[in-house]
Amino acid sequence: MEVTINNIRKEFERFPALNDVSLKIASGELIALLGPSGSGKTTLLRLIAGLDFPTSGKIFFGDQDASHHSVQERNVGFVFQHYALFRHMTVAENIGFGLKVRPAGSRPPKAEIRRRVFDLLEMVQLGGLDKRYPNQLSGGQRQRVALARAMAIEPRILLLDEPFGALDAKVRKELRRWLREFHDRTGHTTIFVTHDQEEALELADRVVVMSQGRIEQVGSADDVYDRPGSPFVFSFIGESSQLPVEVKGGNTLFQGQPIGIAETGDGAGELFFRPEDVTLIDAPDALFGKVTACRRLAGTRIAEIDIANHGHAPYHVEIEVPLHTPIELGSEARFRPTRWKVFRR
Amino acid sequence: MIHNATAAPAKWRLKQPSIIPGFGLTLGFSLAYLSLIILIPVAGLLWRTAGLGWSGFFAVLTDKRTLDALYISFGTAFVAALVNVVFGVVVAWVLTRYNFPGRRLIDAIVDLPFALPTAVAGIALAALYAPNGWVGSLFMPFRIAFTPLGIVVALVFIGLPFVVRTVQPVMEELDREVEEAAATLGANRFQTISQVILPGLTPAILTGFALAFARGVGEYGSVIFIAGNIPYVSEIAPLLIVIRLEEFNYAGATAIATIMLIISFAMLFVINLIQAWNRRRYGNV
Repeated sequence: MEVTINNIRKEFERFPALNDVSLKIASGELIALLGPSGSGKTTLLRLIAGLDFPTSGKIFFGDQDASHHSVQERNVGFVFQHYALFRHMTVAENIGFGLKVRPAGSRPPKAEIRRRVFDLLEMVQLGGLDKRYPNQLSGGQRQRVALARAMAIEPRILLLDEPFGALDAKVRKELRRWLREFHDRTGHTTIFVTHDQEEALELADRVVVMSQGRIEQVGSADDVYDRPGSPFVFSFIGESSQLPVEVKGGNTLFQGQPIGIAETGDGAGELFFRPEDVTLIDAPDALFGKVTACRRLAGTRIAEIDIANHGHAPYHVEIEVPLHTPIELGSEARFRPTRWKVFRR
Repeated sequence: MIHNATAAPAKWRLKQPSIIPGFGLTLGFSLAYLSLIILIPVAGLLWRTAGLGWSGFFAVLTDKRTLDALYISFGTAFVAALVNVVFGVVVAWVLTRYNFPGRRLIDAIVDLPFALPTAVAGIALAALYAPNGWVGSLFMPFRIAFTPLGIVVALVFIGLPFVVRTVQPVMEELDREVEEAAATLGANRFQTISQVILPGLTPAILTGFALAFARGVGEYGSVIFIAGNIPYVSEIAPLLIVIRLEEFNYAGATAIATIMLIISFAMLFVINLIQAWNRRRYGNV
């Protein structure tokens, strides 16, 4: 099911939680809504589900305008961060609930519900736990029950709100891989909300980066990491440092001095670069600063460098230094970004 | 030979005291307090009753007047508690789910039956529901006051806050997400309430019912004004106890009290068992 979001605006007591958001989601896509808390990502998910209604704008499921359909009519699978299982019902009753509450005309017979529940239990690898109550399950198991329950109604799209947020790191990783396989097998259009960029980049076909009620960028993991479209995306995704610069005559000047970076179009801006896109260089036109700390990070090493700022607090940048290159605390390091982006002010 | 204490566990033992000190002190205080306030009076009651002997006890128990009084006391308390479960849940629902002008005032009014002298409540209700009262005249020739129905009215008044105050906090903590989950699964409002919300409230409702019922069984002050106190028809057991006392028939009075005690205890015990079973199944509710 294709989902189209047209110029959605949502206000909570005059405060805009979403501001003119438009998005097109292809059928069968796995999409991540990524952003810090308060960015409007959960609000957008709830609007798609029909748990909230937009102040203005429209939501289409396929060609059908679903903007004013109730949550029951939309037939979406929704998985909540804290599972929201019915704790007075067994696992099987939880999963079968959506089928049981259907009106008499479209309700499958009891035996059929039972069969579908057991199929779903097998699918989420919880066979044999049908008679348990939710409080007798681990967090990861509960989340899979919640997913099976959402899938039982044969939803048109699957929506997940921070599905792994309440789980510990190891389980989270397992479930992440498992969800990807699950999605590839069932082919549902799936939208999930997360504030964990690693999760979004690893799992999603496309990532929607949101900030302050707006969509900052939509793209593949490579797009948003390698070609960030805005200062926010650059600093939010991955590690980065930023410095105020001025572009003049094809050169980039930092504190009035050229730093060996070619740019076109004159004017002031912000220079962004990632720690790994830096080379140590012994040249006069380069950035330099004092090494204040050095830390080992898995297969590499990160040096923290303070660049003096004429009486103000120094600029703080981080660069990657190869393990075989000697580096001394307190010494001066000269370096130059090899990949960068200047955002004009 | 090594004696291993853990190899042969005792049948039961004290729960490991926590690192918070004062276990001995608080337990001792609790026991002393319970003894003074509850256990010693109850023991005295049983002691007095024992003076009657089995045959005397059975004579009191099988006396038609005693039986009728017990039937009226427990019957009206039961019906009133049932009514209160419905009313109380609705009131708690309105107070927790909606915001309207005067909500806090209504919230405060719910507690009035706790504070109001029960005799005042009884006289007021009797005046209202009497055949010539405001409400009572509307129902003529059907009589409310001075019949068992009047007793139910008084007990509904007395028991309401017990249900509201036990259900309300649990309702406030109900997870909105669970309702939303039910909605996304296609459940309509009625299905969500009857199959998701109410089952979640069952333990609280059951507790509220037990409290209102227990309070109703023991209620005296308000009932005697509205009941009419006709022997065999609208005479409650507590009143019969007072009547026996006034006849200086102390053993007879304590016998009725003992019977009430046993029935009440059995019923509350069963309700507690149901609660414990609920907790084991669904986790701490």
